[in-house]
Amino acid sequence: MFRPVQIFTDWLVYGLAGLGRHTLAGSAVDFFVFESIKIFILLAVIIYSVSVLRTFLPPSKVRDIILKKSRFSAHLWAAGLGILTPFCTCSAIPLFLGFVQTGIPLGVTFSFLVASPMINEVALVMLLGMFSFKIALIYAASGFTIAVISGLVIGRLNLEHLLEGFDQSKRITNAVLGADMPWAERRAYAREYTLDIVGKIWPYVLIGIGAGAGIHGYVPQDLLARWAGPDKWYAVPVAAAVGIPLYSNAAGVIPLVSALTEKGVALGTTLAFMMAVTGLSFPEFMILRRVMKLRLLLIFFGVVGAGIVFTGFLFNFIMR
Amino acid sequence: MKKIQVLGGGCPKCGKLYEHAEAAAKELGLEYEMEKISDFDRIAEMGVMSTPALAVDGKVRFEGRVPTVESLKEELSK
Repeated sequence: MFRPVQIFTDWLVYGLAGLGRHTLAGSAVDFFVFESIKIFILLAVIIYSVSVLRTFLPPSKVRDIILKKSRFSAHLWAAGLGILTPFCTCSAIPLFLGFVQTGIPLGVTFSFLVASPMINEVALVMLLGMFSFKIALIYAASGFTIAVISGLVIGRLNLEHLLEGFDQSKRITNAVLGADMPWAERRAYAREYTLDIVGKIWPYVLIGIGAGAGIHGYVPQDLLARWAGPDKWYAVPVAAAVGIPLYSNAAGVIPLVSALTEKGVALGTTLAFMMAVTGLSFPEFMILRRVMKLRLLLIFFGVVGAGIVFTGFLFNFIMR
Repeated sequence: MKKIQVLGGGCPKCGKLYEHAEAAAKELGLEYEMEKISDFDRIAEMGVMSTPALAVDGKVRFEGRVPTVESLKEELSK
């Protein structure tokens, strides 16, 4: 599919710039240019398409769909629709209240809250571009499973008493908005959204791919296997812990991680790291603190964190 | 008198929507009053789940985006 891009890149790097085809610098520059063009094409096309799709599914409509489902299938729907819904830290509270105050159970709400930031189109595009379709699928499937199970666990613990900061007896009923948008507006929304996201992440993407290109060319194979190979159990929790403060930098982190995986970091460790980057974030927790007691937040953090670490172990075990 | 309400908890996008809405109202020559609603309870009560959102005279028009001044002019003349 990206054959023309590769031909163009080769022409640019080896022909026009005159770098040697078999030199380290030549292949590093070629890698950088090719991957960057490929990733930006993928980002533009996929974010635009998902945004158009999204105009048909505003959060209020998502909520109404979930409300109609029975207990277990509600978790599946919440996690699934969470993938499609963008998650913005500043919208977390209205979203949360909109779910809980219309009668969606707390556990189901958590399934949504876990899936929404963890499985997003930027992370998926980066995984697709820098790893493979298979890895992107494994990532999405494990994220989905973690979201469903975390929600089920939190639901079973009956933690409604740990909510605070709003009137819980209040029930909201409200009409669905934005379902009848004209096409011109859908396209305008998708264009704005795509430009907004790409405008925000492009420096990280370039830095990530650049660092990846450097590692790709200059770091010896298997250098990292000694510390982060599949037989090193502690690599998974360490990777997850390191990933937590890197929130919102999935775009820059994934190309880097892709290069590290080539140098011997095990796949499960890589997965755990990326999930911690996208799924566990301090800014989101700080915001959610306004509607939850600290204990509930810690349980949330613990359950999702345990799910991430377990996934890491599982894939290291299967793929070794 | 139109009451233009911008709903949002103070993220950068909410400020942008506020500016755009005010610019649109001015360009239309409307008689208007701006209001910023950042109290989450009130936002939730108005049925908004994605910020920033715009309401006119208490009725929510859209949520979760920042349209251009041009399309806001159209929205406000409805």
